[in-house]
Amino acid sequence: MAEVHIKINNQFVTAEEGDTILEAANKSGIQIPTLCYLKNVIRSGACRVCLVEVKGARALLSACTTPVSEGMEVWTNSERAIRGRKTTVELIMSNHNKNCLSCKRNTNCELQRLCAELGIRQNRFEGEHTPPTFEDASWGIVRDTSKCVLCERCIGTCQNVQGIGILGLQNRGFKTICGPIYNGSFNDVNCMQCGQCVIACPVGALTEKEEIHEVIEAINDPDKVVICQTAPAVRASLGEEFGMPIGSLVTGKMVAALKRCGFDRVYDTNFGADLTIMEEGTELLKRVTEGGTLPMFTSCSPGWVRYIEYEYPELLPHLSSAKSPHMMFGAICKTYWAEKHNVDPSKIFVVSIMPCIAKKSEARKPELHTGEYQDVDAVLTTREAGRLIKMYGMDDLDALEDEAFDQDLLGEYTGAGVIFGATGGVMEAALRTVKQKLDGKPLERVDFMECRGMAGVKEAQIDLNGTKIWIAITSSMTCAKPLLEDVRAGISKYTFIEVMGCPGGCINGGGQSIVSARKKHGRIGYTYKDRRMKALYDEDRFKQKRVSMDNSQIQQLYDEFLGEPGSEIAEKLLHTTYSPKQKFHLVGMEE
Amino acid sequence: MAKLNGDALGKIDEIVARHRNQAGPCIEMLHEVQNELGYIPFEAMEKIAEATGTSVAEVYGVVMFYSQFTTEPKGKHVINVCLGTACYVKGAQQLVDRVEKMTGAAVNKTSADGLFSLDATRCLGACGLAPVCIIDGKVYGNALMGNSFTNELRKIILAERGAKA
Repeated sequence: MAEVHIKINNQFVTAEEGDTILEAANKSGIQIPTLCYLKNVIRSGACRVCLVEVKGARALLSACTTPVSEGMEVWTNSERAIRGRKTTVELIMSNHNKNCLSCKRNTNCELQRLCAELGIRQNRFEGEHTPPTFEDASWGIVRDTSKCVLCERCIGTCQNVQGIGILGLQNRGFKTICGPIYNGSFNDVNCMQCGQCVIACPVGALTEKEEIHEVIEAINDPDKVVICQTAPAVRASLGEEFGMPIGSLVTGKMVAALKRCGFDRVYDTNFGADLTIMEEGTELLKRVTEGGTLPMFTSCSPGWVRYIEYEYPELLPHLSSAKSPHMMFGAICKTYWAEKHNVDPSKIFVVSIMPCIAKKSEARKPELHTGEYQDVDAVLTTREAGRLIKMYGMDDLDALEDEAFDQDLLGEYTGAGVIFGATGGVMEAALRTVKQKLDGKPLERVDFMECRGMAGVKEAQIDLNGTKIWIAITSSMTCAKPLLEDVRAGISKYTFIEVMGCPGGCINGGGQSIVSARKKHGRIGYTYKDRRMKALYDEDRFKQKRVSMDNSQIQQLYDEFLGEPGSEIAEKLLHTTYSPKQKFHLVGMEE
Repeated sequence: MAKLNGDALGKIDEIVARHRNQAGPCIEMLHEVQNELGYIPFEAMEKIAEATGTSVAEVYGVVMFYSQFTTEPKGKHVINVCLGTACYVKGAQQLVDRVEKMTGAAVNKTSADGLFSLDATRCLGACGLAPVCIIDGKVYGNALMGNSFTNELRKIILAERGAKA
């Protein structure tokens, strides 16, 4: 690449040919405020917040779309640039509902931050507003276009990260709004409910559907036994909600806070993860030895399960029938745990704290009910858990003393469960147990480094007791698609494929703490996923037991209740079925 | 929105196949589908999205951007009343009211029996003949004077709905 020499704010900067002004500025540590720009996802130039003054140019130019050229002179903070930027933000504000106080994104909204930084002190342009749509029909995502700034980040994310593209702009000019076709609900289209659009949204136009109030009601109901379980990825992100650095591991503090919220039990979903490995690992071995459908796909990610039900229904037999860890945990809570503690299962209320939005609709999926009740009654995202904890007066998570998860019956977990939260973790956990089972002796090497890292597709050849199998790991649907096409064409060499719906796995799930675009583009950059991932592998490294089958409470569960993996009762409680889903449900289409 | 019949689906397939290797085929396809069927059904957007490698949402965005495209089925007969400045001054609103009353179709809507659609349009470029109406593509100038337009419309209504109309 040829070098280009430019001047930004009278400072000499060397950029690469093809860089935009914004990229050149960022590389040399000069910040330019942005709103719509999201690196590697979208560069629509729609918002005009990154306006800069360029010598010789008649108008102010948007830094995110203007390429650098030799000798260019740019001022990012000239009086004219700042005035232009301020007017732009004031115009965006003029069509925004400004209900900041009651907005879920209050204090971490990118528009709010811009207003504060630019010193906007009045509503300079008061006038008509675009007729808004408020839509909350789906279990996961709420859309409120009165807050939308039409930045197109959600559109870019759905299209370029997940390759689905359910969102688009509709109408024209002042009436333009963003949403699924026919301005309908996320339920009416092939939405996988991953929530990547929610964490891409700079404002509160796309948010998760809250279930905090149902949870508080249950906690305060003296008749109910409220059991809380937390997914592995939550501990690597919850701290961010309280201003801690990205990648802080807050397992003990999280447990302490949740216990103070009044949950009767606080368990770790990792127990469910270990159980998943027992069931899924056994299923894999059975498929390999008895000639079942291969490659087998993992089924822990409900976003991915929704995707395959919509987009590749013919590949459903490849999907492991194992339920996801938190659903297994819920099912065991309301049977084994209830029996042991002599509690009426209808009085048990299971709350899952998840990094995920798709888990909300998963919990309501009729195929996943074991009895007449739901196995999991409410699902809170990491962000909602943060709000709940703050509501109970704990705004300094760091100040809490670490506490341990409850230990009775479902309390033990291994390192294999912890790493479920990162892409490759389920695969590694499964390989640990499968290999140890086949070898018949403890593993010499517990770490499967080939499963780790942030690559979109990872593959490895694994030696299982003399049989060599190929495995693959992928996350996000654009990365998964080529693998799925190969399976469809019957030319896939793999035996086992781990697929996670969100890029990087659960640590970057749609329910996690939101990392602002500025953080992503700044010093931390896109390493935020690696930082969260490292937190999980650190916890795994220091666990004494790191193979799911070594979990003594899991062994006890099989001895006393389930029999063996894949037994009749295990099938009933821990496995599920899938069915193809119609992509679009439009008014009258079912006729 | 009832499911399309096989004929319509066949036509859509034929249109999509004809344009799929052209540059910027989306709008061409949409135009032809609208010409053939009178509107853009959901199935057409789905097929066009597949052929052009875009999402349905994006095709839908194009349809919603241009006011000439419509996603609602049109009646058997389409009546356009020009509401450009000249026509409006010359009493186009009276014409709209009259057509509404005669056909039972509200402005930019279709009558309950699916026979008539009434569209208010922008200037048709025939201001000298204001007010101007179009019935099924045939232009009628000075539509408030004389009876040619009203008679024609009455004739169609009588033929379609019988004496009771």
